[in-house]
Amino acid sequence: MQRAATFSAARLVFRRDLMLAWRRWDEVTQPLIFYVVVTTLFPLATTPDLSELQKISGGVVWVAALLSSLLALESLFRSDVEDGTMEQWVLSGQPLGWLLLAKVASHWVLTGLPLVVMSPIVGTALGLPFDAWGTLMLSLLLGTATLSVLGGIGAALTVGVRRGSVLLSLLVLPLAMPLLIFGSRAVTMVMDGDSPSGPLQLLAAIFFLTLSLGPLAMAAAIRISVES
Amino acid sequence: MLPDGAVLEARAINCWRGDRHILRDVSFAVRSGEFLKITGPNGVGKTTLLRVVCGLLPAESGAIEWRGRPVQGASDEFHTDMAYLGHLNSLKADLTARENLRFLAGLRQALTPADVDAALDRVGILSRGDLQTRSLSAGQKRRLALSRLLLADAALWILDEPVTNLDAAGVDLVEELVREHVGRGGIAVAAAHQRLLDDDPELRRLELN
Repeated sequence: MQRAATFSAARLVFRRDLMLAWRRWDEVTQPLIFYVVVTTLFPLATTPDLSELQKISGGVVWVAALLSSLLALESLFRSDVEDGTMEQWVLSGQPLGWLLLAKVASHWVLTGLPLVVMSPIVGTALGLPFDAWGTLMLSLLLGTATLSVLGGIGAALTVGVRRGSVLLSLLVLPLAMPLLIFGSRAVTMVMDGDSPSGPLQLLAAIFFLTLSLGPLAMAAAIRISVES
Repeated sequence: MLPDGAVLEARAINCWRGDRHILRDVSFAVRSGEFLKITGPNGVGKTTLLRVVCGLLPAESGAIEWRGRPVQGASDEFHTDMAYLGHLNSLKADLTARENLRFLAGLRQALTPADVDAALDRVGILSRGDLQTRSLSAGQKRRLALSRLLLADAALWILDEPVTNLDAAGVDLVEELVREHVGRGGIAVAAAHQRLLDDDPELRRLELN
């Protein structure tokens, strides 16, 4: 037998989570359903007039995406910590940050990516013009990926806390505010006929910052969580 | 697999949980080819000691050395040499026995399906390999967790109550596996209440109280 390379270990974690989600698909689809339901409630509560709705469509889609991402986060590490899998990851001799990043990546594929893919449809229902589709999807792509890593840090910190979901929201939401502001601003700018590159570049910068520091923070938080 | 003279040494370990001083100046040393059995009543700190040795729990004072070097600061190297069987089995109920091994033991070693089958066969659950773990009995789950040790290729085994839920044949199996491991020059440290290699000449005891 030969020592497993870090990359193939991370790939195993990624594939394992996809396989587990496939066997438990009902849990995975919940955030997506929440996303669609929330966005369809807005025309009912405000106005069915598309030209009115159009002004807030970018913001509504972004808020709904942010909240449904949060919904999916709480259980991110819980089952692995409770059944002892996390202990074995910590003791595997592989860099823990990479394993956790792989787990977050599969989480994003399962919960973040569907939000991005669905966004033109829910946007159109709110009167979002076709020209803004690309910007909305790109901003959500960067935004949900950043949120998954940020949320991973929060979930790692609160995994030992009973009813940690409120604490998790309090930890993650302030950090997610810039994403919400730049993301919905990019959509508004493109609808006004301006170039959205400024806010999009800021989103990309936040994404790379989070991606580079996030694994270290998650690994440190998980090491504390498995102590108890 | 193992160089001679590998030593695991713990010196004057002190550990508090909350306001209870659980481990007071615990020291031991185990050499390659030896088996250390940690005994003592419930709640005396056997699991705590094993978790401190693993590096899952920080000790307030004291030092753990592996092969003459402090573990702290070189924990990835130490963990590569070490396999830990906790009192949790670390299994996913939705995965089959084979998948569980592939996805967890596979993090340490590049495994072929034949390696996985050989390990399952050794612990006597090869015929259950494609069943979801939720449908295995408690003893079979423990056997599956034990099979991970065989795939870890580790010099040091740290076992927390390895015979929990096992039948008489299962206890014999654990004794046999530990004896083989120690016979190859490995080191095993186990916490146990029950009979476990009590008449073995290589057995060393550490009584906590």
